[in-house]
Amino acid sequence: MTNLEQVISRYREPLETYPLELMVEWKKNHPSKKLIGCYPVYTPVELIHAGGMVPVGVIGGGNRLEIAHADSRFQSFVCSIVKSTLELGMVGRLDFLDGIVFHSICDPARNLGSVFKRNFPRLMVEYIHFPQNMTSRHTVDYLASEYRRLMASYEEVAGRSITDDDVRQSLRLYNQQRKLLRELYAIRAETPQNLSTVESYVLTRIGTLLPPEEHVSILEASLAEIRQRDEKPKDRIRVVLEGSFCEQPPLELIEGLEAAGCYILDDDFLVGWRFFTKDVPEEGDPMRNLAESYLNRSVFSGVKHDSREPKSKHLIDRFKETGAAAVMILAAKFCEPALFDYALYKGALEKAGIPHLYLEFEEKMWIFDKARSEVETFVESMLFD
Amino acid sequence: MAQTSTAEKTQYQGQMHLLQKEIMGRYFERLTRAAEQGDGKSVYMLISGNPVELVHAFDMIPVYPEINALQLAVKKVALPFIQKAEEIGYSMDNCAYVKADMGLFLGDRKTPFATIPLPSLILCNYVGCNVYLQWFEHLAENCEGEIYNLDVPFLRDPSGVPSEKDVEYVVRQLEEVIEVCERLTGKKLDWAKFRRIVALSGETGELWSKIKALTKNIPSPYDAYFDSVTMMAPLYCLRGTEDGLRFFETALAEMEEKVRMGTGPLPEERFRFVIEGPPPWPYLKTFRDMFSKWGAVAVASTYSTVGGLWEFGFKHDPNRPLESIAQHMLQWNVTNRNFLQRYEQIKRYVNEWSANALVIHSVKSCRLFSAGQGDMREYFTKDLDIPTLLIESDIEDPRYFSEAQLKNRIDAFFESLEHKKLVRGGKA
Repeated sequence: MTNLEQVISRYREPLETYPLELMVEWKKNHPSKKLIGCYPVYTPVELIHAGGMVPVGVIGGGNRLEIAHADSRFQSFVCSIVKSTLELGMVGRLDFLDGIVFHSICDPARNLGSVFKRNFPRLMVEYIHFPQNMTSRHTVDYLASEYRRLMASYEEVAGRSITDDDVRQSLRLYNQQRKLLRELYAIRAETPQNLSTVESYVLTRIGTLLPPEEHVSILEASLAEIRQRDEKPKDRIRVVLEGSFCEQPPLELIEGLEAAGCYILDDDFLVGWRFFTKDVPEEGDPMRNLAESYLNRSVFSGVKHDSREPKSKHLIDRFKETGAAAVMILAAKFCEPALFDYALYKGALEKAGIPHLYLEFEEKMWIFDKARSEVETFVESMLFD
Repeated sequence: MAQTSTAEKTQYQGQMHLLQKEIMGRYFERLTRAAEQGDGKSVYMLISGNPVELVHAFDMIPVYPEINALQLAVKKVALPFIQKAEEIGYSMDNCAYVKADMGLFLGDRKTPFATIPLPSLILCNYVGCNVYLQWFEHLAENCEGEIYNLDVPFLRDPSGVPSEKDVEYVVRQLEEVIEVCERLTGKKLDWAKFRRIVALSGETGELWSKIKALTKNIPSPYDAYFDSVTMMAPLYCLRGTEDGLRFFETALAEMEEKVRMGTGPLPEERFRFVIEGPPPWPYLKTFRDMFSKWGAVAVASTYSTVGGLWEFGFKHDPNRPLESIAQHMLQWNVTNRNFLQRYEQIKRYVNEWSANALVIHSVKSCRLFSAGQGDMREYFTKDLDIPTLLIESDIEDPRYFSEAQLKNRIDAFFESLEHKKLVRGGKA
């Protein structure tokens, strides 16, 4: 087995069962470390890491978790990840955390933050307000002040003060991590035959479940190997995928999409963990740099409403830049941001003459035949058109 | 479609209703004139905490897509617009307010109550509801109007109070909105006029809070859910105008008179409940009658605080016009408050308005309101021992109103309350 194959086989199984158990195991060997859960989409993880703590991606419960309690708290029309996250808390699977951070991404996630506060008083529950005014002269200052406010909570959990220098050091480390992730995605966009989406997904997802130092070394070793690959492209259509920025589809579904005849050149899986298109500046006020990067150096997403440019333009640009032949929308069931975005995308894609396929998923799904046959039909219609 | 008539007469016959029809009629005529004759510039805004005072100061016309959607539902004409939106890509699971309004917006914008003008400014006051951002993003993509996202930080601090930074940030943005309005209208803001308008809003809010305190009386002079609705339209569309103020003076006098007479909306008040969540607009009357038959009167409602929470002491201050508008947007409306603050608000209503029960009306469209209401029920039943009923339908989409099922749930709930009352009565 090559190094990369070892990494994939080491992590794939835990990712498909109970991803957070990886962190529970890690904590056993590092009992004094504080762990802060990060709900999707984007968390400024640097601020947590700077306090000597570890940010942990709490990104749903996967398809093995039985929802036995949370569905009496959140209604049937609320997405899976909100319920599975609450369920994880209610069955004690988040006991290893010292805190958890939610963000202003959608209405159910916001209410979930409050429900957490009431039901788990032991946890530090924070909520970040990300600005939605991308044109004001005052937004960067405001977001920087929001980050400073947050630091008081983090300092309390960390039990120590966190300096700007601490944050700068963390920034450097995460810049390095994100740079490696950008390289991973660049390889897929250019030579998808050399790196499957599942491999790149596993390599990205473990970054939400390991200290960044460890993740960086795994990424470096894996990339060294991937760069040596030279596979022959198969007869598949090339697509960009959009809509899975929060709740995550099961790995088996992702695998099935590719196996049904696609190369996924780009996607928005775990997009908050690779949020910046360029490095966050390392010199100067780190809070301002992070805030300014949120406004001007971040990827577009369904939970950021940037009135400077239509979202569909971003999607179509990405389609053109990657040289894809089609767009695949993979939206989480009941995810209002993704569903609303689709209404914009549909019109824009049709107008631009770009073929697209719309699919819905749930993290808890475990039958993939329908999705797979829809993709196969779509691929055939593209290949034999 | 005609409304079905029912046995229980639950409406008022007073001046207030006639006056409401008259002034709202004038408001809708103004919209139609703007749409059909280009008379005036329109500003689209959302209901929850907005700077309508600024819009009036520039003589621009406030237009509320939520009111459009609501009126379509009340007039029972929403469904074709919802379906039109679904045809072009909106999901079954998207907020039906947005779908009805987009269906209308992408057509000729003609409704039974007004023709809706196109916007000069799409002023998205992002107050709590994330769907607002999407709604206005979609409107902006489908017209020439300029968009400004007025970002209002959510009340996330356990104290439930906005920080100085939060207030300052909103004030700075309001100053930018003034710049935009000055550019669009070609005139400078008249600060004296603006202060007068803010003062009118202050007086109107104060009257409204007095009206709301009257339902502490037994019997309650009006239903704080179903009748509040009549008062909410002028409060939102005409706050900051003489018309609006006059309406609330009339309404207060009328309600005080009812208190003096000891009359309420029903022949006999047998249960006092607090209701949480928006109403099912397409079936408002049917829904009301399900409570009326039990002699159940809503004495307080969270929905009537969507556009502003005045009953706990807030008043617009003409001496600090921008700061007090910012306070209204940040702190003094239910939408921008966190979910646990809503629990506290309801708890206060139950205690201070002497209610026997809580009814939670969960609507699919509005997840801001509904997501997590099962936890709310848990808190009120388990922690506070307050009888609580959770029922589901929708605010806009008539397809989600299951009459027989709702009726069964409501009947069972009040039957058990009645039983409890009898048992308690027997012991006393």
